Amino acid sequence: MSVPEPVALEQDPGAPRLMRDVGLALLLAAAPQMLVVPWWLVLVFVVAGGWRVAAAFGRLPSPSRGMLGLMTLLLCIGVGWHYRTLFGREAGVALLFAMSALKLLEWRTRRDAQVLTLLAYLLVMARLLYDQGLLTAVYAALAVTVTLAAQVSASRADTNMSSGQNYRLVGSMLVRAIPVALVLFLCFPRVQGPLWNLPQDAAARTGIDDEMSPGSIARLNLSDAVAFRVRFSAAVPPPAQRYWRGLVLERFDGRVWRAYDPLRRSARFAHEAVGEPIEYVITLEPSGRRWLFALDRPASLPAATFVDTNDVLRRLTPVTELLRYTQYSDLDYRSGPLSSVERLRALALPSDAAPQAVELGRRWQQTLKDPRQRVEAALRLFREGPYRYTLQPPLLTGDVVDEFLFETRAGYCEHYAGAFVVLMRAAAVPARVVAGYLGAERAPSGEYYIVRQSDAHAWAEVWLEGQGWTRVDPTAAIAPERVERGTFAAIGDPSVLPLLARRGDGWLRQALLQLDALDVTWNEWVLAYGPERQRELLQWLGWHGADVLGLLALMLGGLLIVAALLAAWSWWCRRPRHDALAALYLRFCARLEWIGLSRAAHEGPQAFAARIARQRPDLADETGYILDLYASLRFGPAASAEQLRELRLRVRNFRPRA
Amino acid sequence: MEAQTPSSPSLSPAALRERLDAAVMQVSSVVLGKDAAVRYALACILARGHLLIEDQPGMGKTTLAHALARTLGLDFRRVQFTSDMLPADILGASIFDREQGAFVFHPGPVFAQMLLADEINRASPKTQSALLEVMEEGQVTSDGQTRRLLEPFFVIATQNPLMQLGTFPLPESQLDRFMLRIRLGYPDPRAERALLAGEDRRCLLERLSSVLDAPVLLALQARVERVHASAALLDYIQSLLSASRLGGLFEVGLSPRAGLALLRVARAWALLAGRDHALPEDVQTLLPLLAGHRLRPDRQHVGLRIEDLIQRLLTSVPLPA
Repeated sequence: MSVPEPVALEQDPGAPRLMRDVGLALLLAAAPQMLVVPWWLVLVFVVAGGWRVAAAFGRLPSPSRGMLGLMTLLLCIGVGWHYRTLFGREAGVALLFAMSALKLLEWRTRRDAQVLTLLAYLLVMARLLYDQGLLTAVYAALAVTVTLAAQVSASRADTNMSSGQNYRLVGSMLVRAIPVALVLFLCFPRVQGPLWNLPQDAAARTGIDDEMSPGSIARLNLSDAVAFRVRFSAAVPPPAQRYWRGLVLERFDGRVWRAYDPLRRSARFAHEAVGEPIEYVITLEPSGRRWLFALDRPASLPAATFVDTNDVLRRLTPVTELLRYTQYSDLDYRSGPLSSVERLRALALPSDAAPQAVELGRRWQQTLKDPRQRVEAALRLFREGPYRYTLQPPLLTGDVVDEFLFETRAGYCEHYAGAFVVLMRAAAVPARVVAGYLGAERAPSGEYYIVRQSDAHAWAEVWLEGQGWTRVDPTAAIAPERVERGTFAAIGDPSVLPLLARRGDGWLRQALLQLDALDVTWNEWVLAYGPERQRELLQWLGWHGADVLGLLALMLGGLLIVAALLAAWSWWCRRPRHDALAALYLRFCARLEWIGLSRAAHEGPQAFAARIARQRPDLADETGYILDLYASLRFGPAASAEQLRELRLRVRNFRPRA
Repeated sequence: MEAQTPSSPSLSPAALRERLDAAVMQVSSVVLGKDAAVRYALACILARGHLLIEDQPGMGKTTLAHALARTLGLDFRRVQFTSDMLPADILGASIFDREQGAFVFHPGPVFAQMLLADEINRASPKTQSALLEVMEEGQVTSDGQTRRLLEPFFVIATQNPLMQLGTFPLPESQLDRFMLRIRLGYPDPRAERALLAGEDRRCLLERLSSVLDAPVLLALQARVERVHASAALLDYIQSLLSASRLGGLFEVGLSPRAGLALLRVARAWALLAGRDHALPEDVQTLLPLLAGHRLRPDRQHVGLRIEDLIQRLLTSVPLPA
C-alpha cells in the first residue's frame, strides 16, 4: 500500500469514486444518530454534504479556515445550549455528529478522507451507547464493512481497483478479524457494571416507576416493549401465581403512592418459606432503576443486590445494561409479626383524603370482627358493584379514591389497588400497594417466557394475623381474566393495545416473536456475557479462580495463537498446488526412482524419456508413451479429460522392475 | 536468384512441414555434418531473428548462408565489412542524376531478403550501429524519406572470435539484436572426408533449387506465433529469466527482449520438430545459443566459460511437475 500523496481533492482523478465511498460510509454511520440529535444538526449535516459535493465539482468555493473555525464555535455553543452541557452521552454524540459534518467541509486531501472514515467508526460506536440489540449489531457490522471499504479506497493511490476487488479485500480483512474479535470478546477481563459512569441524565428509565398515580400503569400498558425474559429451570408456576414483585408502595398523599425512603437494608428476608423454592433465570432489559423483579416472593439475592425490610430486591447502581440473574422464589410463604413502625406505616392515611371511603372502611371495622371479612367485603364491593375494568378510565379531578369508588366506578389496576388499600387502612387492616408485573407469555419455542410492559400491574398486600403479609389482587375480583389470560383478555377494547401486547396468532405477531427468540439468543450469548458467564466458561474449560492478570495473559496468548494460525493459513493458501496431472507425474517419477531412474530437477519429459531409452531400453516404449502423453497434457494446447484418464490408467499399471 | 517458384502461402500444415523438412535436408546436403547448425539457423529465421555466427574463416559460414538463401528462395547479398566502411555503403545513398536532374536513391545491400554481413566487427562502430538499427526497425530513413526493407529480412553476421588488431567488438547492447549466436566448428572426420571427396561446393550451390519462397516463409513465420506455449512453459521461462538476474552467475541478467526471443525461438524449434506446442527441452536447447552472447560472467565467476555458467543456470532451475 503506497503512502497517499497530498493531492487536493479537486485534482484527484479518483475523487468522485472516493467521495461516493466515504459519503456512503458516513451516511450509514450517521443515519442512526439523526434520530437522537436535534433537527438543526441534521440540517447542518445535509447542507455540509451538499456543499462538499458542489465544491468538488467547482460550483461553490470551499469554506476558508476562518469560516470553519467560526462554524465550529457556533455549533459547540448550539449543542451546549440545547443540552445545557457539553458532556455526557447526548451532548457528546451531538458534538461528534456536528464535527463529522464540519470535517466534510474541511475535506481537502486523501488524508482528510481517512480521518472521515475514522469519524464514521466513532459514529457507529456511538450508536451502541443507545442500543445493543441484534438488529443494531447487524447494522453496525454493515456500517463498519462499508466504512472499511471507504478506508481502503482512501488509502490506495491506485484508483484502478474496482469496487468488487475492494470489497473482496475488505471481506478477507474482516474474516481475519473475526477470530481476533472472538478472543478479545471472550478473554477481555469483564467487570460488573459499566467501565465508566455516564451522568445520571444519560440513563433512560423505563418500566415500573417508584410512584404510582391513577393512569401511570395504564400508560405503561400501552407499550409492548419487553421488560424481562424468564427461563424456568423446572416447573412453571400457573398463571395465577405469576406475580413478579417489584416495589412496595406504602406512602400515600391522597393521590400518589410512593415507596419509603431512605431504604433500610435488611439482614434477612421478611418471610418464611412453606415448601420448596422454584428456580429460574431472569434476563432483565436495562431499566435504569435500582430494583430487580422476582416472583412473589424472592428467596435469593443476585450479585450486588440486597433486600430491604419489605422483601424488595434493591441495588446501589441502576440497571443500565442487560442483566442476567438466577433467582429463587417461595411461592408459598408466611411472615411474622408486624413491628409498631411497620404497623403505623401500613395504616397511615392522609387526614383529608377520601372521606367517603374512610367512612365505609370504619363502618366495616365496626360491623365485621374478623379482618378477613373486611377484605372479603371490599372484594365483594368490586365484584358486585357496577365497576368496570378499563384502560381508558374517565379523568379524576377531585379526590381520586372517592371519585373512583363512588362516581366513575371505572378504572385500571392502580385504581383498584389504591382504593382497596385505602379502604383496608380505614378498616384498620394493615395494607400496602405492590407494583410489578402480572403474567408471562410463553415464547413460540417454549424455552422462555416474555414479560412486557403491557403486563405491568399493581396489587395489594394485607397483613393478617397468623398469616402475615398476604397478597390480595382486587383486579381479580373485577376482571378475573386479567389474572388468567392477561390484559388483552380483560379489557373491552383490546385494539388500544400494541400488537405484541395482544394475544393471538396473527402471522406478523408470530414473526415478531420469532425475531424475539433471535434477540434472546443474542442477549444470552453476547450481551449477557459478563463476569459471571466468563467465570463459568473458564470453569467449564477447567480453570478455576481466574483473576484479571490471568485473563490478560489468556487474552495475549489467545491473540498470539490466532496470529500464528492466520499466518499458517495464509502460508497454506500460497503453498505450491499440485493438480491431478502433477500428482500423476510425480507418482510415475517416484516409481522410476524406486528402480534407480530418478529425474533430475530440471529434466524435461522428453529428455527424461531419451535417457530412460538409453539406460533401460526395455522400458523405453511404455515410459516414452507415458512421458509423451504427460508432455502434451502439460504443455499442449488442449488437454482432454480422455488423455488424462489414459495417463492415469497407464501410470497405475506401470510397475517397472529393477 | 530472381526466379521464384510461385506458391500460395495457404498451404496445409502438413505440406508446410514437408517443405520445411525438405529445406533442412537440402541445406544439410551442402553444408555437411552441420545438421544442428542448419536447424538453429532455420529456427532463427522462422522466429524472425537475426543470426550471428562466430567462427574462424573457412568454416563454411558463407556456404551455409548461401545454401539457406537459395533453398529458401531469398534474394541474397553479401557485404564484407572493413574499417573504412561508411553507413551509406550498407544503407544506400542518394546520388545526383544528371539526366533526370535530381537526386536518386541507390539502395544499399540491406535492401535484400538475406544479408550476409561478413566480419561485422571489422567495421567502425558507426557503421555497425547503422546496420543494427536497420535490423531492429526494418526500415531505412535517408533524406527525410523512409523506405521499408523487404519482407522477410534476415541478417547473418559473422565475426572472428579472437581479438585481432583493428576490430571493434560489438557491445552487449548491440549483440542483443541477434537472436542466436552459433558456432560451426570443425566438421567431424566423416563429413570432412565427404567434403574432400565430393564436388566443389560452389558448383553444388549453383545447382540448388529453391524449396521454399518468401510467401511460404512468411506463412511459416506466422505459424510460429500459433505454436502453443502453455502456462507451465511460461512459468519455466520466467524462472530462468529471474534466475539469470538474481542467481549471482552473471553480471547482468537476461533482458525482457531476450525473454521474448527465447519464447519465440523455442516455438520455432517446436515447429521444426513437428510439434504444435513448445516443450521445456526446446527452451533448454536454445538457451545457450540465445544467452551466450548476451551474458557476461559475474565478478566471482570470471575465468569460467559462459557456456558452463549457462549450463549451471539450466540445472539450477527446477522444472516443476
